[in-house]
Amino acid sequence: MLKSAFVLIQRDLRLALRHGMDSLMAVVFFVLAVVLFPFGVGPEPDMLTRIAPGVIWVAALLASMLALERLFQTDYEDGSLELLSLAPVPMEAVVLAKVIAHWLTTGLPLIAAAPLLAIFLNMEERGFLALIGALALGTPLLSLIGAVGAALILGSRRGGVLLSLLVLPLFIPVLIFGVAAVDAAAFGFAVRPHLLMLGGLLLGALVLTPWAAAAALRQAVE
Amino acid sequence: MHRFANPSRFVRLSRLFEPWLAGLTVTLLGAGLYLGLFASPPDYQQGESVRIMYVHVPAAWMALFCYTSMAIAAAVGLIWKHPLADLGAKATAPIGACFTFLALLTGSLWGKPMWGTWWVWDARLTSMLVLFFLYLGYMALHNAFDDPARGVRASSILALVGVVNVPIIKFSVDWWYTLHQPASIVRMDGPSIHSSMLWPLGLMMAGFTTYYLWVMLLRIRGEIVANKIRVLRLRQVHG
Repeated sequence: MLKSAFVLIQRDLRLALRHGMDSLMAVVFFVLAVVLFPFGVGPEPDMLTRIAPGVIWVAALLASMLALERLFQTDYEDGSLELLSLAPVPMEAVVLAKVIAHWLTTGLPLIAAAPLLAIFLNMEERGFLALIGALALGTPLLSLIGAVGAALILGSRRGGVLLSLLVLPLFIPVLIFGVAAVDAAAFGFAVRPHLLMLGGLLLGALVLTPWAAAAALRQAVE
Repeated sequence: MHRFANPSRFVRLSRLFEPWLAGLTVTLLGAGLYLGLFASPPDYQQGESVRIMYVHVPAAWMALFCYTSMAIAAAVGLIWKHPLADLGAKATAPIGACFTFLALLTGSLWGKPMWGTWWVWDARLTSMLVLFFLYLGYMALHNAFDDPARGVRASSILALVGVVNVPIIKFSVDWWYTLHQPASIVRMDGPSIHSSMLWPLGLMMAGFTTYYLWVMLLRIRGEIVANKIRVLRLRQVHG
């Protein structure tokens, strides 16, 4: 089972590589969305310092949601999802493998781009490490929660808009604790409790969401 | 359980219950509103605006009650393929969404004179807002598929995922330090409000519950009739 999951991850990564720019679009969106803010709220450094953690987190959340729509869509359309559902691998493992591949191609680049954006927004230097740590715990969580939504909307009309309606309310806890961690670090408070909370959410989601996503996939290919 | 899966038996039973539930709803809400709006004393701190509570608390309670019933019905529909449970979950969603909206609206109206603001981003209010979006997402997902059976199953799974929010709403006032007051009715040491206010509150809660049951039965019956019409139309088209 572990080997099949590994093969699946490899396949998805290879597909992402061959498509080239496709998976980088989320990062481009992330950067552009953040860059809009200095124009929107004005370029005063103090103001930007204050809102930087929140803006970066909201943009990361939207960017990872944009990429989610394609998580199962292509496999659903070309029929490989049906073959995967017939394979002697539990659907939960398939979901986890797809989520890991998805996180490696979209979540990881987001984390890499975040420090650059933090500089753009004049964020407190003390918050950098917390930002990377919170994103490292938070983006896999977003991918896991999003996988449920992405599996539910397969074959529906107006998939993308529907996905945001389903997934964004469930993203709120991640946003709250992610921003709280970075804010705490930037203003010299304890970061640990917020990161522990994010880690706890991640562990909970790791156990529960593959179930829900697998159930949704099963009813989609039925 | 499958005894009641027969639509014609269900329709017969619900026809029997509906007038009673309707009568009960009118009586309970009438008595509750009279006691709450006229007969109960104003609060020593909040003055007359405490009367908003007689609508706000039952509405918020029903918002959670409806979601829990919807999730249970969705689970029953998924596990035992019970057709009426699916209809029940579908019928509950708009009612629950309305109760959630009512709770948010009355809370906001009460918050302006009491807290000095229409809205604060505290845990209770935010989690109720998430509940409202969950209801909307459920309804949108239900209608998003050309094959209605897919919509039923997908939205049932979403309803079950959303259950995580229910304990968060319930305990949000205990876990976080918020503006919203903690529970004052269901407590270990008994309710902390006076019986002159507890009575209208209890009557309103009972009235809202019977209202929900009444409208839900009505909506399920409507769905069954709509399905019949659809089948008849299809038969007409196909000759």
